Amino acid sequence: MTMPSHTASAAAPTNRAVDWPGTLRDAGLAAFVALLLTLPLVGLRTIDRPTGLGIEARPDEVIASIVLVFLGRLGLGLIRQNLALPVLVLALACAGVGLVLPMPTQVLRLVLVAGGGIIALRAAITLTTGRSKLSQAERDRRMDRVAVQVQHATKYIAPVAIIGAAILPLTPIADRQILDIGILLLTYIMLGWGLNIVVGLAGLLDLGYVAFYAVGAYSYALLAHYFGLSFWVCLPLAGMLAALSGVLLGFPVLRLRGDYFAIVTLGFGEIIRIILVNWYQFTGGPNGISGIPRPSFFGIADFTRTPTEGMAAFHELFGLEFSSLHRIVFMYYLILALALVVNLFTLRVRKLPLGRAWEALREDEIASASLGINRTNMKLAAFAIAAMFGGFAGSFFATRQGFISPESFTFIESAIILAIVVLGGMGSQIGVVVATLLVIGLPEAFRELADYRMLAFGMGMVVIMLWRPRGLLAHRDPTILLHGGRKPQSAGAAR
Amino acid sequence: MNAVTTNEKPLLTVEHLTMRFGGLVANNDVSFEARAGEITALIGPNGAGKTTLFNCVTGFYTPTVGRLTLRHADGREFLLERMAGYRIAQQAGVARTFQNIRLFGGMSVLENLIVAQHNKLMDASGFAIAGLLGLPGYRAAEREALDLAKYWLERVRLTEFADWEAGNLPYGAQRRLEIARAMCTEPVLLCLDEPAAGLNPRESAELAEILTFIRDTRTPGGHRMGVLLIEHDMSVVMRISDHVVVLDYGRKISDGDPAFVRNDPAVIRAYLGEDEDSDLPPEVAADLPDAVANPVQKGA
Repeated sequence: MTMPSHTASAAAPTNRAVDWPGTLRDAGLAAFVALLLTLPLVGLRTIDRPTGLGIEARPDEVIASIVLVFLGRLGLGLIRQNLALPVLVLALACAGVGLVLPMPTQVLRLVLVAGGGIIALRAAITLTTGRSKLSQAERDRRMDRVAVQVQHATKYIAPVAIIGAAILPLTPIADRQILDIGILLLTYIMLGWGLNIVVGLAGLLDLGYVAFYAVGAYSYALLAHYFGLSFWVCLPLAGMLAALSGVLLGFPVLRLRGDYFAIVTLGFGEIIRIILVNWYQFTGGPNGISGIPRPSFFGIADFTRTPTEGMAAFHELFGLEFSSLHRIVFMYYLILALALVVNLFTLRVRKLPLGRAWEALREDEIASASLGINRTNMKLAAFAIAAMFGGFAGSFFATRQGFISPESFTFIESAIILAIVVLGGMGSQIGVVVATLLVIGLPEAFRELADYRMLAFGMGMVVIMLWRPRGLLAHRDPTILLHGGRKPQSAGAAR
Repeated sequence: MNAVTTNEKPLLTVEHLTMRFGGLVANNDVSFEARAGEITALIGPNGAGKTTLFNCVTGFYTPTVGRLTLRHADGREFLLERMAGYRIAQQAGVARTFQNIRLFGGMSVLENLIVAQHNKLMDASGFAIAGLLGLPGYRAAEREALDLAKYWLERVRLTEFADWEAGNLPYGAQRRLEIARAMCTEPVLLCLDEPAAGLNPRESAELAEILTFIRDTRTPGGHRMGVLLIEHDMSVVMRISDHVVVLDYGRKISDGDPAFVRNDPAVIRAYLGEDEDSDLPPEVAADLPDAVANPVQKGA
């Protein structure tokens, strides 16, 4: 496998002449593709006129994007032909221009800085390693090695990350916005870890995970609305109800496999949402439920300035100055604790027969059955447990927002959670965290780009899938080792 | 060699087994017995219905007609045709390997062997609750499971590969691992579907040695276990099996010890075909299909 790439890289230096026509043709082709793509997407913009919807042409942006694609492709082509140094200088200059000079739009600045940066990075890597023609397989193997190292470094990264997350609210940078983003990220991390049980461990493609999230949220909202139950009573109830809905769905569905299974779970997610919309007498329909009570401090204290009867005020209880931030900080710690429970459970269950049976089912169902593994029970357990965690996250969501409506539980939510699991590398716990930072964090970071936010997000996803098709950190360590000290030699065996 | 077993009731009795897929009759009224402490080989040309019969015994198919009785040494009897697939492995103690290897490729070799002990460990872990709490009962069970896995790793010479991904093992090692995995379920009947397929002569010889070792293995209760074997490699079959059943077009055409089967004209005919001037005994010739008995008609 590695031989052809070695010979190619050995032959390249002798052939110093640059193939200008070929490179230009290649770059021209890329620019043509860019033209086809940008003409409808970027070139035309609908605007609201008093007379109706009008279309505005934006030729300058199309031309700018084509020129940039042409230059970028040309740069990549030249890097491959031993012109890495000049390309590096030019790309850095581009990025510098983008940073310093005033630009007509933010987009152009981003393209210049990010594009120039990436190409410069690429050129720098080529210059330092001296090998520009790595084969795809070789590159994959290198990336895998990095993934393995990250996975092994998790031992040290995880405590640091957890401590970092734990002390974040105590640091001066923790304002309302940072904490809100932190809560959002942790909610998705928890959902990702929950779904990881079904998708990553048991290998069941669940496209309707948001249904359990909705069941949890509405369980709490409705129990609080109709019976006045408190958050701390409802949290376990919501988990149980979500698990029950998981079992109810699981019984008929788990005999299906692969695509059919995915479609039915997709349907289930929609059924739950449509019930919530249409049963307006009970659920409030599209108007949702508002005034969902906020959680108390474990039923002891309230976070308001003037607590209700029989409840102490949190700031008085601890002798603090009243601050509306206290509740947010408490919410933050609550979701952090819930997410860590899910993580701990998954790490632990992987080493138990239940978790091993899930992984065996993912690898080969028929072989699992031949070993006497009760497939239905195992899958039901995976479904119910993941649903329970989804339900916890849902009731947290309800109490944080104070208002829920079916709007929040559309298919796109399921898709985002699934994207987090798949991008991170199925079954990888740290992968979910990294992917959440990318999938949820990037759109937050790109807020300045306004209209182009989702475009940039989609581009990021495409790049990751090209770069790491099996997910960012798709590496699995055995749950039990016989020769504990020695390293697993799977790389050697592949040769 | 195994004189003791003849007095006991057979381990597995197959009676009038018929398996139809629509109009196709894969097994037609097959009856035979397999005994504990013996290797029973199931041979026949391609498409003879061997794997279908295996799938009936191991619960992957429910036979159209027939009865499959498995007797444990303690007197318990299991009617396999009435049991759900996974229960046959879980309760009746029938383990199997597959014609095209089915390992858990992404899991390590050792994990493959631990997964095989799922039911035992699941009971010990109290459906994961005792396991999550790390109770001592579960830990002891896990240690025992590890010991059994180590024992079979040693037996199939895979100890040094224990932490490898199973999918990365060489082919022959994967075959051995699949047998070890089946043995880790502590079965009373081991069903092997073409274990020597794709092995070189040295590996085949090694396999034969493992199989005779398994035949003489005792189940946890101290009783002997049986081996049911589908195999095309005649050198392996003739060397190690105690009893051979021959299938052709879904029917049983011969049944006996290897020496008997080797010389059975019906078997020779099934394998080699028949030419005109054969010196078959008349009672066999009368059974021949018309096309074979009168090739002239076919030509005309």
